[in-house]
Amino acid sequence: MNWLTNVVRPKIKSLLTKKDVPENLWIKCPETGEMVFHRDLEANQFVIPASGYHMRMPAKLRLDTLFDGGMWTALALPTVPADPLRFRDERRYVDRLRDARAKTGRDDAVIVGSGTLDGLALTAAVQDFDFMGGSLGMAAGEAIVTGMLAARDKGTPFVLFVASGGARMQEGVLSLMQMPRTTVAVQALRQAKLPYFVVLTNPTTGGVTASYAMLGDVHIAEPGALIGFAGPRVIEQTIREKLPEGFQRAEYLHEHGMVDMVVHRHQIRPTLSRLAHMFMKRDAPGAPGTELAIAEPA
Amino acid sequence: MRSYLEFEKPVADLEGQIQELRALVDKGEAVDVKDEIEKLEAKAGQALTDLYLKLTAWQKTQVARHPDRPHFVDYVEALIDDFTEMAGDRSFGEDAAIVGGFGRFRGQPVAVIGHEKGADTASRLTHNFGMARPEGYRKAVRLMQTAERFGLPVITLVDTAGAYPGIGAEERGQAEAIARSTDCCLGLGVPNVAVIIGEGGSGGAIAIAATNRVLMLEHAIYSVISPEGAASILWRDSARAQDAATGMKITAQDLLKFKVIDAIVPEPVGGAHRAPAQVIAATGAALDKALGDLAGLGPDELRRVRWDKFLAIGRSL
Repeated sequence: MNWLTNVVRPKIKSLLTKKDVPENLWIKCPETGEMVFHRDLEANQFVIPASGYHMRMPAKLRLDTLFDGGMWTALALPTVPADPLRFRDERRYVDRLRDARAKTGRDDAVIVGSGTLDGLALTAAVQDFDFMGGSLGMAAGEAIVTGMLAARDKGTPFVLFVASGGARMQEGVLSLMQMPRTTVAVQALRQAKLPYFVVLTNPTTGGVTASYAMLGDVHIAEPGALIGFAGPRVIEQTIREKLPEGFQRAEYLHEHGMVDMVVHRHQIRPTLSRLAHMFMKRDAPGAPGTELAIAEPA
Repeated sequence: MRSYLEFEKPVADLEGQIQELRALVDKGEAVDVKDEIEKLEAKAGQALTDLYLKLTAWQKTQVARHPDRPHFVDYVEALIDDFTEMAGDRSFGEDAAIVGGFGRFRGQPVAVIGHEKGADTASRLTHNFGMARPEGYRKAVRLMQTAERFGLPVITLVDTAGAYPGIGAEERGQAEAIARSTDCCLGLGVPNVAVIIGEGGSGGAIAIAATNRVLMLEHAIYSVISPEGAASILWRDSARAQDAATGMKITAQDLLKFKVIDAIVPEPVGGAHRAPAQVIAATGAALDKALGDLAGLGPDELRRVRWDKFLAIGRSL
């Protein structure tokens, strides 16, 4: 395998491969009920144009949108012991894993890529909520550790788009151990004086929030994203009262000092670029037209 | 009056008979039952030994939560001289779910931090059943940093169902507080040793357990989520907690196999609550050994071995 096969070229790929026809051509805005044509939604980075509601964005598209020209190299991720607990609830964990792999076409919840952002070398990872709720198990933990240590070795900033329901219970305490393990990798970045940016997307809860997601140099949240430690249902059951409006939403966390800013998806790339260039003591990314480098939908 | 767990019923019956016989002797109504009592005692002892030799994960969960099980304050009382408690996170408040302070362990000045569940209704409420809010974790961070500044080892005792899920806790950054506390443990330039003495409940536990050495009592549990929580999410039926406890491999014996913990501290037959002094002494000996192993390592070395230890977890199962 040479480097070319590793490079993801969305524009060419989308011309050559026949795209699956989405089941729903029209997508309903969860907030206003407005119907949006799927291509319009994709072209707008999965933000409903009129309401500004941020829908879930495919993990790969995150990286396509972030890196210059949509070009990035996927990092090879280490394999981890499969189903160490031989766990089964109503279904076997290995069956759940197989289904998630078939559905998403990837091995586990985290992908890592390297490329450039307005010319600055960068490493970035995305946690895919579509893969078992983005849950943090050994594979995802190892992917994040690998990504952070790769950033350290290459001397690049690290960006992490987080979305997760929390720990992967089917891996028991080995999933809990991903909290300190990823924190070790955060410390490695810190020791190397490399910036670590966290982008919190909807939803980010549980052990993920209580580890690497709250340890960034900068915390950026997408509008309306649910972010918290305990899930709303657990809190309601514990205190037996209704939760206040907007509780645990990005804006609420901003108000309470847990995130630096709530940023519209379209502005995340330029915000990251601006800060990354400053922290790396590079000239400002001045070239006009760099706000959006999104692949044309086929 | 001893409180028995449901699975201890055979033992409870035998010990009940012994008590009845003793009562008769005291009243002078029975003569010559000494042999009978001895026989029953031997039988009860054997029944207890047999039970505790093969406790299931769910039974261990109940033992770990036993109301009479020794808690943080009992360990401090027995093992730490000159214990001087500290309070507050210097930013919002004091949280008694985590108790911390400085004292001498076998002559050596140390910081001691841990969850306290409380032993009766009043103290349980004071300590919020050992479920900490952000202030508890922030106090832990403050004490760890103080210990580091003065070169004192840190001992942590873990015993919590989990961090408290409440509006105020979320509002003040429960997740951030836990993350920072884990972060602090991992980066500490002094030796730190954690002992899971009862329940090691998820993030609320790891926050003070990301340490150079992690010890665990024989019948303690350590889990990513409570068996009840896992049951209600994965089986949509909290009555399946027993299955969840088994499936998640939460016992000290399992976790030693997975190399998540470094050593098991033996408990007396019938669990820590039957002979608290004995289990506390064993814990003291294990702590002494762990701290002894780490003595002589410099700050950078301590950090490096701690990082390596955690990065290695799960890589070779």
